[in-house]
Amino acid sequence: MEVFLQTLVAGILKGGLYSLIGMGMTLIMGVMGIINLAHGQLMMVAMYLTYVCFHYLGIDPYVALVVSMPCLFVLGAVIQKYALNPLMAVESILPENQVLMTVGIGMVLTEIARFIFSSNYRSVTTTYSGSAFFVGGVSFSVALTVAFLVAVAFTLFMFWFLVRTDLGRSIRATAQDRDAALLMGVNSKRITIVTFGIGSALVAAAGTLLMPVYYLFPDIGGPFTRKAFVITILGGLGSTVGAIFGGLTLGLAESFGATYIGMAFDDMIGLLIFILVLLFLPGGFKRLTKV
Amino acid sequence: MTMGAERPMRNPSSGTAWGQGPWIGPGILLVALILFPLVVRNAYYQHLLILVLMWVVIGSGWNVIAGYTGQVSFGDAAFFGTGAYTAGLFASKLGISSWWAMALGGFTAMAVAFPFGWICFRLRGAYFALASLALNEVMRHVATIWESLTQGMVGILIVQTYVSKVPYYYIALALAVVSVAGIRMVVASKWGYYFLSIREDQDVAESLGIDTHFYKMISLNIAAFLTGMAGALYMNYMGFIDPEVVFSLHDISIMAILVGIVGGVGTIYGPVVGAFVMVAVHEFFRTGFFGLFKLLAAATGSAMVETAASYVAQAHVLGFGVLVVLVIRLLPNGIVGDWKKIAGRGVRPGSQGVGQ
Amino acid sequence: MSFFEVDGLVKYFGGLAAVNGVSFNVREGEIFGLIGPNGSGKTTIFNCITSYYPPTRGSVRFKGKEITGLKTHRICRLGVVRTFQLVKPLGRMTVLDNVIAAAFCRGSGKREARETAMATLEFCGLAHRRRAQAGSLPIGERKRLEITRAMATQPELLLLDETAAGLNPSELDAAMELIRRIRGRGVTIIIVEHIMKVIMSVSDRIHAINFGQTLAEGTPREVADNPSVIEAYLGEENAQG
Repeated sequence: MEVFLQTLVAGILKGGLYSLIGMGMTLIMGVMGIINLAHGQLMMVAMYLTYVCFHYLGIDPYVALVVSMPCLFVLGAVIQKYALNPLMAVESILPENQVLMTVGIGMVLTEIARFIFSSNYRSVTTTYSGSAFFVGGVSFSVALTVAFLVAVAFTLFMFWFLVRTDLGRSIRATAQDRDAALLMGVNSKRITIVTFGIGSALVAAAGTLLMPVYYLFPDIGGPFTRKAFVITILGGLGSTVGAIFGGLTLGLAESFGATYIGMAFDDMIGLLIFILVLLFLPGGFKRLTKV
Repeated sequence: MTMGAERPMRNPSSGTAWGQGPWIGPGILLVALILFPLVVRNAYYQHLLILVLMWVVIGSGWNVIAGYTGQVSFGDAAFFGTGAYTAGLFASKLGISSWWAMALGGFTAMAVAFPFGWICFRLRGAYFALASLALNEVMRHVATIWESLTQGMVGILIVQTYVSKVPYYYIALALAVVSVAGIRMVVASKWGYYFLSIREDQDVAESLGIDTHFYKMISLNIAAFLTGMAGALYMNYMGFIDPEVVFSLHDISIMAILVGIVGGVGTIYGPVVGAFVMVAVHEFFRTGFFGLFKLLAAATGSAMVETAASYVAQAHVLGFGVLVVLVIRLLPNGIVGDWKKIAGRGVRPGSQGVGQ
Repeated sequence: MSFFEVDGLVKYFGGLAAVNGVSFNVREGEIFGLIGPNGSGKTTIFNCITSYYPPTRGSVRFKGKEITGLKTHRICRLGVVRTFQLVKPLGRMTVLDNVIAAAFCRGSGKREARETAMATLEFCGLAHRRRAQAGSLPIGERKRLEITRAMATQPELLLLDETAAGLNPSELDAAMELIRRIRGRGVTIIIVEHIMKVIMSVSDRIHAINFGQTLAEGTPREVADNPSVIEAYLGEENAQG
């Protein structure tokens, strides 16, 4: 029973973080219809930024959020503006050019990271990295709990942002009907740039929060992109609430999979869910089959 | 409102069953390729050409399913690796000469393609691409984990049949010629029209009596067969494979896409051009601009240039990434496809299909 | 046995009934008009007939054979083909190639397909544009290509979806003339329109719907005089003129 609770807690805490990853991607996918296969790589960049902040500037990861999030916002905005937006204007034979472009960008980011930092594993060990507190025999990792709480905070902020602010409403409007939004005076190019920036900032937060308890190497982007995709589709494209649902589901699935099936299958489980999710999407399925 | 490219693609309505298009250019190239190993004895260059020919096959396969039928695959390594392992396992486990396995490599790849297409062709556009990516990763994992069959990360080592590269060269050349000629025939046939129709508008294709699922399956299986055979050839030629090499996302799947798009999507000779260009680019990076960096380092004695040189050698993935970004941005229809743009000539709208 | 019949067709999208119990019979060789204001469910009916999506309820029978829910390409091979309201040329192929692709439907080889295609292009008056890229055609010729393609599959029943929208008066006359010539070839036609002038002059019988349900059926004159039809069109007709 205790093992069960432990696994449950671990899954939920991880799930909170995953929601942040998914939220960024679902926004990008929902608003622009872009499948961003560089999402995990953006997270990797944020993680390296956090690493640098910690080891060279002595900045605690939680403080480094203030650095990594704006930096990734800018990076995301730049990518959208110079690499992705221009693609939407060009008519070419393969409509998957956008996806391919993000693959290329992901590769570039990964290799640049490898160039600067080499392929060695890096980590950030803080005073609280290993510590945990106990609630009735179940251990809660301090770092993950803080990450969970921050993720909740950000989620609430996103809700407020999307519902209450003009910019947020414009984003939602563009997500629902681009042309209509255009007619209503929304500058959709600007919206796409801002949205990609926000999506990147959110995944940056996830990366930074994860640093104290994870390890880092250049190729870490790929698996996280896959996770992001699974979370997004599980929760439904463009749905912030869905990202929460998807994140929790994946967190729990991985946690239970690791505990009850075995560590080696961690990656395979992710892959299987990825495939099943592609095939049996709840709600979004019709959308995929009649594009 | 006009659509994209100013001229129609591949006008298959003229010409013989062998397809239309120029005979002279490719003919000369073919003769040159046949004579090549007799003239150039350097094993390094023979090796490069073998790689080029292999990529012509793979790129052509990708072009059939992606360029002509519009179902972009991000995971052709799944077929390549299957073919390679077929050849390797036949030799190492069954003691059968792996040459027999070459054709079998094509069929085992088709055995993978069949269920995959059956299940995943309901997905359209980018979601099919993602599914193919998943297939790639699944195959890689299976090959790594199923150690009793594949020896996992240890890989498969076989004794190569020939010492000289020349026999491999001619086999690769034969494979490449068969691929290109075969595709030329297919494109000019009913299948070709059906593939293009599916690409242009799947709903219209269905309403005109085209069983889109069936023809997508045919297209995918052609691609898988060619790619599988290339994989088997690779096994025979290199003598060693492991999951990371033959199921590699970046070195096989993405490379196949690059060969296709750099050369020209939906053109017969695009993959040929693409193969030459991409192998050249790859070598370019691998050797540090063909040794130029090393030369500079030696000349200047600068440590920084030396590290830069060693980095450039490993930088081919970065180079590929940059290339993907640039090509998509600037030459979305590839060298052959955007030829008129590159040659700087204008194009009259509504001009007929070219035999370029 | 009627040539073509739709029986109790119902189509729900979510909770909304786009088509709610429509039935009609079409006789061989006639031009059967289906009219209704925008959003009345006309295209939905076509989509159900050709299995673009399946109907929620009801059945479709062609020459006595049940074709409800069959795959679209099979329905085409059985002899029922449709055009699309929002024209869909196979943009990067030539006009000729568009039609050849359709002509292969009858299990023919390359040469016969080409001959059929050329003959169909001549018949539909697009032969002079055969080398043009389909995506570059103006709207009138695109609509004509849409019809030509459908004709190349040698159908027995042709479903025309709003072929007249967006055409200028002379294009309109040419389109109507083509439709009559197609019927003269022995092809039965169901034509969906919301422009009254076109459908009244071309159809033998008309079936009027609104909100997914039948309003009236009969000869053009009968339907035009029907009060509920007039009421449904009150706003529309003034706008169309």
